[in-house]
Amino acid sequence: MTKDVTAIQGDKVPMWNDPKARALAIQVAVVAILAVAGLVILRNTISNLSRMGQNFGFAFLTKTSGFDIFQALVPYSSESTYARALAVGLLNTALISSLCVVASTMLGFVVGVMRLSKNRLAARIGGIYVEFFRNVPLLLQIFVWYSLIVLQTLPPPRDAYDFLGLSYLSNRGFMVPRPLFGAGSSSGLIGLLVALAAAVMLRRWARRRLEETGRSFPTVAVSLALLALLPMVGLLLAGLPVRLDFPVKTTFNFSGGLVIAPEFIALFLALSIYHATYIAEAVRAGVSAVSRGQTEAAQALGLSPAQALSNVVVPQALRVIIPPLATIYMGVIKNSSLAVAIGYPDLVAVGGTVMNQTGRAIEIVLIWMLVYLSLSLTTSVFMNWFNARMKLVER
Amino acid sequence: MKRLLVGAILSLGAIAILTAAEASAGTLDNVKKKGFVQCGVSQGTTGFSLPDAQNNWTGLDVDFCRAVASAIFGDPTKVKFSPLSAQDRFTALQSGEIDILSRTTTWTMSRDTSMGFLFAGTTFYDGQGFMVRKALGVDSALKLDGAAICVAPGTTTELNLNDYFKAHGMTFKGVVIEDQSQLRQAYDEGRCDVLTTDSSILYSERSALKAPGDHIVLPEVISKEPLGPLVRQGDDAWFNVVKWTYFALLDAEELGIKQSNVEDMKKSDNPEIRRVLGVADAGGAAPGFGPGIGLEEDWVAKIVKGVGNYGEIFARNVGSGTPLNIARGVNALWKDGGLQYAPPIR
Repeated sequence: MTKDVTAIQGDKVPMWNDPKARALAIQVAVVAILAVAGLVILRNTISNLSRMGQNFGFAFLTKTSGFDIFQALVPYSSESTYARALAVGLLNTALISSLCVVASTMLGFVVGVMRLSKNRLAARIGGIYVEFFRNVPLLLQIFVWYSLIVLQTLPPPRDAYDFLGLSYLSNRGFMVPRPLFGAGSSSGLIGLLVALAAAVMLRRWARRRLEETGRSFPTVAVSLALLALLPMVGLLLAGLPVRLDFPVKTTFNFSGGLVIAPEFIALFLALSIYHATYIAEAVRAGVSAVSRGQTEAAQALGLSPAQALSNVVVPQALRVIIPPLATIYMGVIKNSSLAVAIGYPDLVAVGGTVMNQTGRAIEIVLIWMLVYLSLSLTTSVFMNWFNARMKLVER
Repeated sequence: MKRLLVGAILSLGAIAILTAAEASAGTLDNVKKKGFVQCGVSQGTTGFSLPDAQNNWTGLDVDFCRAVASAIFGDPTKVKFSPLSAQDRFTALQSGEIDILSRTTTWTMSRDTSMGFLFAGTTFYDGQGFMVRKALGVDSALKLDGAAICVAPGTTTELNLNDYFKAHGMTFKGVVIEDQSQLRQAYDEGRCDVLTTDSSILYSERSALKAPGDHIVLPEVISKEPLGPLVRQGDDAWFNVVKWTYFALLDAEELGIKQSNVEDMKKSDNPEIRRVLGVADAGGAAPGFGPGIGLEEDWVAKIVKGVGNYGEIFARNVGSGTPLNIARGVNALWKDGGLQYAPPIR
């Protein structure tokens, strides 16, 4: 607590000259204005709704939707409820966002490192890439990918590119075999979990050995091999209960198989390529922030350039890269709502249809806001945790 | 703690003072005060609502809003148009952003009741149809099993489509795009085999394709689509103005009152025509139908002078002289064997 000025000077100061009273008055005014604004909005909404004979509530979510969604990660038909339709939309948003986060990160790191390269050509290509894709509006890029590239350069289904009769690529999408998991497939999942646990243990053991004996171990390669092999072993033990459903040509289209829709392809490309430019810049900033002395010191210790990069430069660069990365990832999630422009059934597209059919604008917009808010906050929490882990440990 | 309490009490007092006064006037008064009608239309459908390069709108839906403006202001230009997607239209009307929605919107029970709207009438009786490429060799909607179908989201079209395919044991892949021109483009570029919407609009969409001759509209009409203007519930005065503007357009056609002869008609001896046009009788007493809905005596004369009668609007926008070339058919007046029927102005 700070010392009270008026108490020292006595009570002769008039109230309007008393900094404490003034501060209190301003705070009261701000709170009052905010509260009034909120209240006016609330009252206005309630009176407008009641004037139109409308009420607020989420009971409509249990009604039958009556419309179909072409990409659903959970079973869905036009007889499902509105709530399920929104869940399908949410999962589609999560799918496109997470895939775009991964793809844009990989692309962004490559381009960021390219821009720092001593190779003039690589640096120039990286620079042009960033400046071009960062400066063209994302919505325009989505339209270009969808209308001009995916729909126009790919052939109609009759002349689809045929990959050995197993997969077909046309302007109706990429049709690939769909794995169908029969009974006993859970052993594959168990294999995957075992592999994950083994990889974590292996990493700990390798680190301890490195610290004790100074001998390193190819942790990454062995972990990847484990992750690939153990689920297969699990499935083989269960008698390989996996069957592939191949796409078959029909009159109009294809049936069976797994369809990767053109809307999905276009949106994935547009979002990943656009956000990779921002990640590339964050990476460039991060690597540039590590002083040259660090690399030289690593060389002086006898580390190879690759070891210097992965053990000295990258860990320090990450501290600079991660905070902007969190913002970029949230941008990916929020920008995925531009899907509505080309008809990819994300949360906004599906919610819009529900809103149009039920007239429940306020409820749907609330759901939208809550979902995007929680997705962004979850990302933020995860990135903060990651950031804390990557912080320089001072001993 | 004490400071917090004082703050809270002061804040509450301020809220009480500031929220005391609040009033809302009816839509008709608001429209008169601002001097124009805000009308929600489509983003571009030939024959119904389409802007040209100078942002002059034409079409049947557009002319209906002009008729309302004429009835109120005696000037068909006192309208501002809000182009809306199928998905935004209801929110725009609910929120009060627009005064009328006149956007090829199908009159359904839920929209007319639980969604909080009122339909003023059916300005165009339509039905849902399918358009396909000739090259597909399909001559009936019943052969569309497994097809990819382009459709606008949240429309009755989308729901009818599901019902129709389910009823006939067929499946389809819906490609659902909100923006009308984007949807047309997706069909044109071969993303889907079929484009479905109201048949009248199908013809207008076809005329906008790269090669209109390569596409045909299938014979099946799978639904009833009565299209008409709608307003918010809870404002009877405004609803009456819109509803009776529609009836006046029909009554004017029935009585042969046209844009070209409306002034002559005022001198007519036919008491019904005199009444509709608001001409005072021999004793000098005005009929009073206009003032009864908050308008001038000669409101119908103003409507017809502004935009013509229903038949003229139809002929100008979608009739035989236009690219759409739609016959009057069910949209003829009742006395000509159609469904257009208006209660008398009496």
